Amino acid sequence: MLNKNEVAPDFELFATPDQKLSLHELRGKNVILVFYPADWSPVCGDQITLYNEMLKYFKKYNAELVGISVDSKWCHTAFTRDRNLHFSLLADFHPKGEVAKKYGVYNEKEGQCERALFVINAEGNITWSYLSPVAVNPGADGIIEALEDIKQPQLVK
Amino acid sequence: MAKLTPPLNKNDQVQGPPDGIITLVEYGDYQCPHCGAAFPIVKQIQKAFVKNLRFAFRHFPLSNVHEYAFPAAIAAEAAGRQRKFWEMHDMIFERQSLLNEYALLEFATEVGLKIPAFKIDVQDPKLSEKVEADFESGIRSGVNGTPSFFINGDKHNGPFDYATLASAIEERMRLAHVAR
Repeated sequence: MLNKNEVAPDFELFATPDQKLSLHELRGKNVILVFYPADWSPVCGDQITLYNEMLKYFKKYNAELVGISVDSKWCHTAFTRDRNLHFSLLADFHPKGEVAKKYGVYNEKEGQCERALFVINAEGNITWSYLSPVAVNPGADGIIEALEDIKQPQLVK
Repeated sequence: MAKLTPPLNKNDQVQGPPDGIITLVEYGDYQCPHCGAAFPIVKQIQKAFVKNLRFAFRHFPLSNVHEYAFPAAIAAEAAGRQRKFWEMHDMIFERQSLLNEYALLEFATEVGLKIPAFKIDVQDPKLSEKVEADFESGIRSGVNGTPSFFINGDKHNGPFDYATLASAIEERMRLAHVAR
């Protein structure tokens, strides 16, 4: 798994059935990259649903949230509509898991992404990463702390 | 381990003895069925630990999936201005399945609120700021779904059935006694 101070590998993946999103397009903003195993986990404890409610708090830190799983763009489209999501879900679908592998968070045995978080600064460097046990929704306290560290680097010890 | 941030303070809605050695905080959403299921369990816990337990409720409405969660939180806070937060809180959870745009006003009437004041208060931006501040504190505290419970500031990571919650609380009481 990639760590703090490493360059975040660029990628370009489908965000909708006909549009791609690349990491370098987000240069100048902080990026929260959320790898997760699959769409359609139950609502109330679901990480994606939770983050969807937090977008305006992430925006305070000039941060853009992006989700990545191996589900297809059509699956993401249906999931996005069902959950009323307001951020991009990228399809690491073909070749399957290629981006997750670059970040070191692909679970070969299950054929899906691990549950992993990366905070990337405006220059495209990873400033924080976290691997969660797959069954545990990690919440967002670590993300907020990482974003605060970017905002006020003089306070970082 | 996720810690309640900020700790219990004067902005919180609190029940129970001020000097209780156990403080149970719930982050909840009035339209979340799991919170609805937790509601009678929390009541049972409050009864069992009546001498030692303070209970506080912080709002964590998942507005994109539960359209009445935020208005319900506002309604409870507005009831709080008439010192009836808990009456409203109880009624919303007891009748969760009836929640819709008219229900909150009916609940307010039934709880015995002064309706003109209630109607003004629900429009007050200070109340939505309170609900949003609760939500933001939940993010910082590591809330990862609703309901999320904190016992004396530490996140309770197990299930929230009566036996699990009660034994977690008993464990904290033992620790508190040892520390004294």
